[in-house]
Amino acid sequence: MTLDARIRASVGAFTLDVELAVAAGELVAVLGPNGAGKTSLLRALAGLLPLSAGRVTLDGAVLEDPAKRIRVPPEQRPIGLVFQDYLLFPHLSVRDNIAFGLRARGVARATAMAEASRWLDRVGLPSEGERRPASLSGGQAQRVALARALATNPALLLLDEPMAALDASTRVEFRRDLRRHLESFRGVRLLVTHDPVEAVAMADRLVVLEHGRVLQSGTPAEVTQHPRSRYVADLVGVNLFRGRASHDVITLADGGSLTTAGAADGDVFAVVHPRTVALYRTRPDGTPRNVWEGRAVDLDLEGDRVRVRLAGLPSIVAEVTPAAVRELGLDRGDRVWISVKATEINVYLA
Amino acid sequence: MALPARSQSRARPAAPLPIVILAGAGAAFFIIPLIGLLLRTPWASAWHELGSPEVLAALRLSLLASFSATAIGLILGVPLAWTFARLTFPGRSVIRALTVLPMVLPPVVGGVALLLAFGRRGLLGSWLATAFGIHLPFTTAGAIMAETFVAMPFVVITVEAGLRSMDTRFEDAARTLGASRWTVLRRVTLPLVRPSLVAGAVLCWARALGEFGATITFAGNLPGRTQTTPLAVYLALETNPDAAILLSLVLLAVSLAVLIGLRDRWLGAS
Amino acid sequence: MRATLVAALVAIAAIGGACGGAAPAGPNPSGSSGTITVFAASSLTAAYSAIGNDFKKAHPAAMVTFGFGGSSTLVAQIEQGAIGDVFASADQANMQKLLDAGLTAEAPRVFAQNHLEMVVAAGNPKHISSLADLSRSQLVVVLCAPAVPCGRYAAQALHDAEVTVKPASQEADVKAVLSKVALGEADAGIVYATDVKAAGAGVQGVSIPPPLNVVADYPIAVLKDAPNATLAKAFVSYVLADGQRTLARYGFTSP
Repeated sequence: MTLDARIRASVGAFTLDVELAVAAGELVAVLGPNGAGKTSLLRALAGLLPLSAGRVTLDGAVLEDPAKRIRVPPEQRPIGLVFQDYLLFPHLSVRDNIAFGLRARGVARATAMAEASRWLDRVGLPSEGERRPASLSGGQAQRVALARALATNPALLLLDEPMAALDASTRVEFRRDLRRHLESFRGVRLLVTHDPVEAVAMADRLVVLEHGRVLQSGTPAEVTQHPRSRYVADLVGVNLFRGRASHDVITLADGGSLTTAGAADGDVFAVVHPRTVALYRTRPDGTPRNVWEGRAVDLDLEGDRVRVRLAGLPSIVAEVTPAAVRELGLDRGDRVWISVKATEINVYLA
Repeated sequence: MALPARSQSRARPAAPLPIVILAGAGAAFFIIPLIGLLLRTPWASAWHELGSPEVLAALRLSLLASFSATAIGLILGVPLAWTFARLTFPGRSVIRALTVLPMVLPPVVGGVALLLAFGRRGLLGSWLATAFGIHLPFTTAGAIMAETFVAMPFVVITVEAGLRSMDTRFEDAARTLGASRWTVLRRVTLPLVRPSLVAGAVLCWARALGEFGATITFAGNLPGRTQTTPLAVYLALETNPDAAILLSLVLLAVSLAVLIGLRDRWLGAS
Repeated sequence: MRATLVAALVAIAAIGGACGGAAPAGPNPSGSSGTITVFAASSLTAAYSAIGNDFKKAHPAAMVTFGFGGSSTLVAQIEQGAIGDVFASADQANMQKLLDAGLTAEAPRVFAQNHLEMVVAAGNPKHISSLADLSRSQLVVVLCAPAVPCGRYAAQALHDAEVTVKPASQEADVKAVLSKVALGEADAGIVYATDVKAAGAGVQGVSIPPPLNVVADYPIAVLKDAPNATLAKAFVSYVLADGQRTLARYGFTSP
């Protein structure tokens, strides 16, 4: 069973242009900043946002194809959607909430209630059936929302930032539970999040979405090691450059150049880990091929390291020890010399 | 930093004096006429007066007409409110203004408008009369129509506000769970706006109960058929003030009972 | 010396001021001045408005304001404390109520008479010629409510003619009956002859023969607590004298 989606849709001035394929058994996380279009993507897959072009197929059945005027309404799609703020029906009890989907699809009341009770046990809330959603804690509510979506036995499970509204400790616990439930789920799973830790921890495959477009897709390792956007680079905490390589010299798009150890030609990404950036008071002599002068714009103490943001050609972020900062007598606005070894630069084709 | 002991000892803030005075005056404005009515009531002859056929007819007619008007107001008004809250179409603001117009129109003007539309020579009325033999003026149906005309906007306004303020994502959630649009309306939307539905129905009923100008202009005044309680009070005032006062009191008591009974619903509306 | 002169002047001025500041003690020889409020039955609307204009021409310093309405409504308002100078009723019964309550300043006098007339749409499409025709079942007939003088007179006329009418509506005042017929909502109504005369081209009258017709006496009286009793009396006298011509023009008959 696979989800095959080519989606082109608009919400006001915002356009979503995404191509996505997810197989049952792989958990795909869509990662992106706020406003990237993640929720719109889920709404389009759910049938709540009409496509202007493209096609959505689930397990061979066409759910939407504007060109052929096919559009299956949401209530007829075999989907389950877990919303960010739960959206449990406030006027119904927990049990009635979970049973809602079954009852809506014509299942007899007694059967639906029994199934709902089963799910309550499965998510660890056996005695909360008669309570109202307003009286539940965040973690409890999210579990009920998950049960409600799964109770109808959907083929496609969509989770919209399921842990965003939870506090840090509940989140860790819920992530564990969620993994467990998702593992036993037989259909296609798609999780949307803006939390990279969540994405990396849960996903088999990451899809990075920004401004309505897919920037890169791959395993968490692939994506973090070869970021193709500032967003991902920032998430991972590395320096990302774009430029045109000619043999071992890359002319950077934002100005300046870097000499690398490899030989590449064409448009490339270059990643430099802040740890590999060295700082000097005076111009250093030595092997590093990349030496330039810059100015310290900001110093941030993070744990036991100091991240120094440097303006120059190019601008770069360095990570040094507090002792090193003291030794250099480094302060905001100071001029420093920056060096990066060619062998420390990771280059790959754009 | 600890608060000074004096401000800590007060459990509730004292009301500012100007507000208390103004609020008291406002309350007195409403309470004093009611006290006057109670004091002038001829309690001795009350039962006898209330038992008279004309009084009973007026009361019965008022209840019948006001509840009918409320029922029609809900049946037509809720879909109308839904249309205004959920759909966009050209001319929506104009149509919406027209449906709310009876609220600001002097009731007699409303009555005249109804005559011009549904009267014997009216736009629709003449056709109804010649094609089906249906006459609306001077009938109980006409009285119900007049009351519906002035009172239905209350349903539309209240329910529309409720629908607009509700989170429509609940409807999305219901659809993704497999509910048809009708099921969504029935099991999610309407239950979620129930406070607005109740408030709208009550306001509609109260307005219909007290309606005078449109009723007497469109439906006329005939005991037993179109003489609702307000009309009876108006005419009785000149010839039988005691009956007028008693009728007024009954109307008051019924309205008060309903308003008090539903007070919690209003205050509890989310 | 000068002080005494000044004192004398001040004294004269004070006495003069006191005299001038008092309310007029007796009738002004030229007529009267001030404002009066006249409550009058709605069937007197057109006639009294004309009389008011004529009265103002005769007494330029006077101002007359009218309050027209159903006689019984006006009586109820006066009983409840409405302030006015003169009351002109469409029947004796309502004036009697005021008399009994001691709210009149003098004995009422009949200044005009009116009689009933049937009113129908212009052209008389339903061919109504007598009171008996009003009992036809397909006719929509409106009458004044029994509490209103016009309604009482109509009931009397119908009773005398031994005709039973099932009215579609009992209107609160005679103008409402007229407008229902004028709008085409009702086929016929019973109003005063003066109303038919005053109405426009949309309606016409069908007379009721004298033996069955009811004569309405219109009494007028100055009210007890009239703010301007002098001018009020002058108005009443005017109505009984020069006003008669105007009343006749509008269809009233002399008492």
